[in-house]
Amino acid sequence: MAYALQQLINGISLGMIYGLIAVGYTMVYGIIGMINFAHGDVFMIGAFIALITVLLLQLGGMMDGPAAILLVLLVSMAFTALYGWSVERVAYRPLRGSFRLAPLISAIGISIVLQNYVQVSQGARVKPIGTLVPGGVEVMRDGPFVVQFSYIQMLIIAVTLGVLAVFTILVTRTPLGRAMRACEQDSKMASLLGIDTDRTISLTFVIGAALAAVAGTLYMIRYGVIDFYIGFLAGVKAFTAAVLGGIGSLPGAVLGGLLIGLIETFWSAYFSAQYKDVAAFSILVVTLIFLPTGLLGRQEVEKV
Amino acid sequence: MMPADEPPRVEEDGLTRKMTGDRRVHREMILEVANLTMRFGGLTAVSAVSFAASRGEITAVIGPNGAGKTTLFNCITGFYRPTGGAIRLHRANELPVDLHLLPGHRIARAGVARTFQNIRLFPGMTALENLLVAQHVKLMAATGFGIGAVLGLSRYPKAERQAVELARQWLSATNLLDRADDPAGALPYGAQRRLEIARAMCTEPALLCLDEPAAGLNPRESDELARLLLEIRGQGTSLLLIEHDMGVVMRISDRVVVLDHGKLIADAAPAAVQGDPKVIAAYLGEGDEDEEAEA
Repeated sequence: MAYALQQLINGISLGMIYGLIAVGYTMVYGIIGMINFAHGDVFMIGAFIALITVLLLQLGGMMDGPAAILLVLLVSMAFTALYGWSVERVAYRPLRGSFRLAPLISAIGISIVLQNYVQVSQGARVKPIGTLVPGGVEVMRDGPFVVQFSYIQMLIIAVTLGVLAVFTILVTRTPLGRAMRACEQDSKMASLLGIDTDRTISLTFVIGAALAAVAGTLYMIRYGVIDFYIGFLAGVKAFTAAVLGGIGSLPGAVLGGLLIGLIETFWSAYFSAQYKDVAAFSILVVTLIFLPTGLLGRQEVEKV
Repeated sequence: MMPADEPPRVEEDGLTRKMTGDRRVHREMILEVANLTMRFGGLTAVSAVSFAASRGEITAVIGPNGAGKTTLFNCITGFYRPTGGAIRLHRANELPVDLHLLPGHRIARAGVARTFQNIRLFPGMTALENLLVAQHVKLMAATGFGIGAVLGLSRYPKAERQAVELARQWLSATNLLDRADDPAGALPYGAQRRLEIARAMCTEPALLCLDEPAAGLNPRESDELARLLLEIRGQGTSLLLIEHDMGVVMRISDRVVVLDHGKLIADAAPAAVQGDPKVIAAYLGEGDEDEEAEA
């Protein structure tokens, strides 16, 4: 019981990170119908920028307290957003109106470029970093087993919920969000109403990258090790989460992320940690076969 | 143009208009189509068409199927880039704008709005949201591109309130006030047509282009539509419409432009067009079958 509770806490905090990345996949898919395979690497960039910021702050002796964490988060979001914008501008916008596979291939190319760019500029070795947020709260004690709800897990859950709340308001209540939904449903019509669709798409990438940066920063603080390759696995799992939740659906992405996080955590806890990726990807296969629209996705109705 | 000896009466929206009895005689134009040509590969859908739509009037474009009406519309509203010729919008007290050179979203901002033959609402958004999207440009400017809205800056709620107010005006003008929060896709057909017009009007256009607004409406709904269009004209917006329902066209149009096989064959008052032998021939056919596909 205590063990399961601990896994639940671990699973939810991992799932939140997947959820944040999955939102980026699902948003881009929603607005231009393309899977942005470079999104996982944007997450990796976010983690690296956070790492660099932490090191710089430590150098200046200012890396303590929640204000420093917040600063790291904001710096990472800002720079990663810039990456997201540039990727769209350079690799996807010129291909708009081209055949459907073109931007997809371009995305895979960008993914490789980003990985190699980080590998060359930052080195291929794993980057460890000390614990930034130590300690936690003892939730329950069952004999020798102590259920820990660490501060970093609380941070992950709190930051994710906060960011998602702001993001939800942005999408549902603001003109920008309405423009994004309008472009998603009929981009030509949106432009006829005076909406600059190119800019709306750019902003979608910027927001998606900023969310990925939040995920990257939290991941870096939680696990303390990053390398240039973390984006691949995290990206594919977040993609699985987006598909499971129903690609194109924002609440679906978060739900899918949570489910993938929980399944992966419980699988490693009760079966085998080596095969946790098998569990996650089996879900992708099963979803695609039996539930192609996902849990919260809507059935596409083709209108003539 | 206005004769110099008759001073124009300037209304509150800057519209100049002079009436003699019921008929508008002035010919100040809102839209100028000059020598417009549109080719698709070897097919010339619109060939050297020139006409002008007058400010504050309803101009109808009619013609048999495949005459190039919708292509003409698509050129005016930026769906197609014309192969040749020019389209200019002349707003009151402003320099003319070359619509044929503008990207799609700039055309809307210049003051042209349109509706579609096959309705293109945002089906997943509510009726009200559809109307708010149409006021996007205004709202974005007021909110510092959405950032202000998130931060809850004070200018934004005011702009949003005004936008909702305008949306409600048009919802009530189109008799949709009680459906404001229903998804647009769930509205009945006639209501969707009216909502599309309301949405176009929420962009506060100088020229409203309607592509077969009466298609699929029953006679009562057509009557309501005619009334709505006259009301829109009364508020100072010029209208350009494609319509097959001749009852509606003849009743509300100030001027009728007739196309056939991509060419302009008549441009006159409704009564004159009805008696024009060329127009009658185009509609009844003169042997050669009309096989042009309407793009």
